[in-house]
Amino acid sequence: MAVIEVEDLRRTYASRTGLRRSAKKDVEAVRGISFEVERGELFGLLGPNGAGKTTTIKMLITLLLPTAGSARVLGCDVVADAREVRRRIGYVFGGDKGLYERLSGLDNLRYFAELYGVPPQEQGPRIGELLELVGLSGRERERVEGYSRGMRQRLHIARGLLHRPEVLFLDEPSIGIDPVGARELRETVATLVSTGTTVLLTTHYMFEADQLCDRIAVIAGGSIVAEGTPAALKERVADGHVVEIEVYGDAGERIDAVRAIAGVTGVAVEEGATSQLLVVRTSAAAQVTPAVLGTLDGVRLGRVATREPTLEDAYIELVRGA
Amino acid sequence: MKVLRLVGVTWWLQLKMRSRSSFDGILSIVYPLFFATMIFFMYGQHGDQETLVAAAVGAACMGVWSAVSTTASTTLQGERRQGTLELLVASPTSFPLTVVPATISMGTIGLWSLVVTLVWGRVAFGIPISFAQPFVFVVAAVVLAFSLGLVGFLQAIASVRYRTAWALGSTLEFPVWLICGFLVPLSLLPDWVRPIAYLLPPTWGVAAVRDAALGGNAWPDIALCLLSASAYAVIGWLLARRLVDSARMRATLALT
Repeated sequence: MAVIEVEDLRRTYASRTGLRRSAKKDVEAVRGISFEVERGELFGLLGPNGAGKTTTIKMLITLLLPTAGSARVLGCDVVADAREVRRRIGYVFGGDKGLYERLSGLDNLRYFAELYGVPPQEQGPRIGELLELVGLSGRERERVEGYSRGMRQRLHIARGLLHRPEVLFLDEPSIGIDPVGARELRETVATLVSTGTTVLLTTHYMFEADQLCDRIAVIAGGSIVAEGTPAALKERVADGHVVEIEVYGDAGERIDAVRAIAGVTGVAVEEGATSQLLVVRTSAAAQVTPAVLGTLDGVRLGRVATREPTLEDAYIELVRGA
Repeated sequence: MKVLRLVGVTWWLQLKMRSRSSFDGILSIVYPLFFATMIFFMYGQHGDQETLVAAAVGAACMGVWSAVSTTASTTLQGERRQGTLELLVASPTSFPLTVVPATISMGTIGLWSLVVTLVWGRVAFGIPISFAQPFVFVVAAVVLAFSLGLVGFLQAIASVRYRTAWALGSTLEFPVWLICGFLVPLSLLPDWVRPIAYLLPPTWGVAAVRDAALGGNAWPDIALCLLSASAYAVIGWLLARRLVDSARMRATLALT
């Protein structure tokens, strides 16, 4: 059974420019997206900045009213039954904000426990359990203004889980956290999903989405450009291998020649500090490395490697093609 | 019971937050003292003890209004800036229930300013603090702080929808001092001002505190202060849903 049902959801932002000759400008942030998330699933929403991920999440958690279309969470309409939706979901976003700096971590949790109607007799044990879960036990009486970014993020997660939400919305939760903290966060999210919590996650980190998500929707320019399991997305856009060639010099002018080689399905150049990385995607059966190296004759080359396509390759292909 | 607990916990945590900045704390005391000192000098020239006490009480009440008016409008902008406004709206608790305790906590801070102003008057200007009805004075002062908190609630609600409505507070601070009889009796103000004054809870609150200090009957003014402030709270409550929905439509709950 789907716990999140989104149908042709749209959101337009209106802004005004100028003072004397005021002009209204509409920006379509979300352009008629539809998807469903099943109970217990971890669904990822991937996309570049400004793609409409946060706007979509904010409509689902009732902070923004949709311009058109509909969305239901746990069977409740996000516009008509906003309070019921709020009661049953949790929301965690990344970054430094969203906490009362002058209060302790414990007071922050107490406050939100009240706001979410956690019974007074349950608050103490629940807060203790969550502090343990996110590794903040012993630091809860310190003011949040002295917390590191990682500690703040962990406190955010504890806050979002206080009322045992059935659906948890995580909007770039690992942004700015160190690798150890990010790994712990992924483990926490995986544990939540294993206990039946449905999670909708937005992230910029492809390996995070690849590791955690059951299904992913790639959103670009306000529209969903692809949806499926991480494996399916990889197969869909990069059915083959990826050849990476380190180039010292200008590889840009050789791209057309590389692209013309039979079996090459895509070429991209990533700029480095002292070199460029030529990323060549090839079809499954093709052996194109010698031909590609041939087109680069006369250019100083560094490392040449062949690897399996990653979700990041698929993502870049999808977003660039959108 | 659940609502009372929520209001109590929120009030206490907001009070805790507001009391933790020593800079804000000193400012909330020093700022009203500047005005109070000026008033003590002005009314001290008169030489009449009763007038001086009335002025001292009025000056003390000014501090309560300043504490509420200047911060009520900025409080939700502060929540917006620190990213907690969205979290308050996204919670299942009715939004006004999260704002009312915050603005009442501002009135509570104002009580501190009231006490300090009276002590300043006693120490620096020799104005007696012995009031005719001490108990009624305390009740009137608490009702004043509570009622101004409710007026502040209406102010605060406006800034949910309008990001720049925080500027409203400073605009209202001085006119209310003048119109509501904090320093000058209403009878001395032009006729057209009085109906406006009667609609404002501070008018009744200040009158109640002053009556309690000077031996008049403060209870009718206490009742009118509570009644008029309740009307402001009801208006704020009714507006809150509409303004929050408007903010959800126009995406003004966050700064980005």
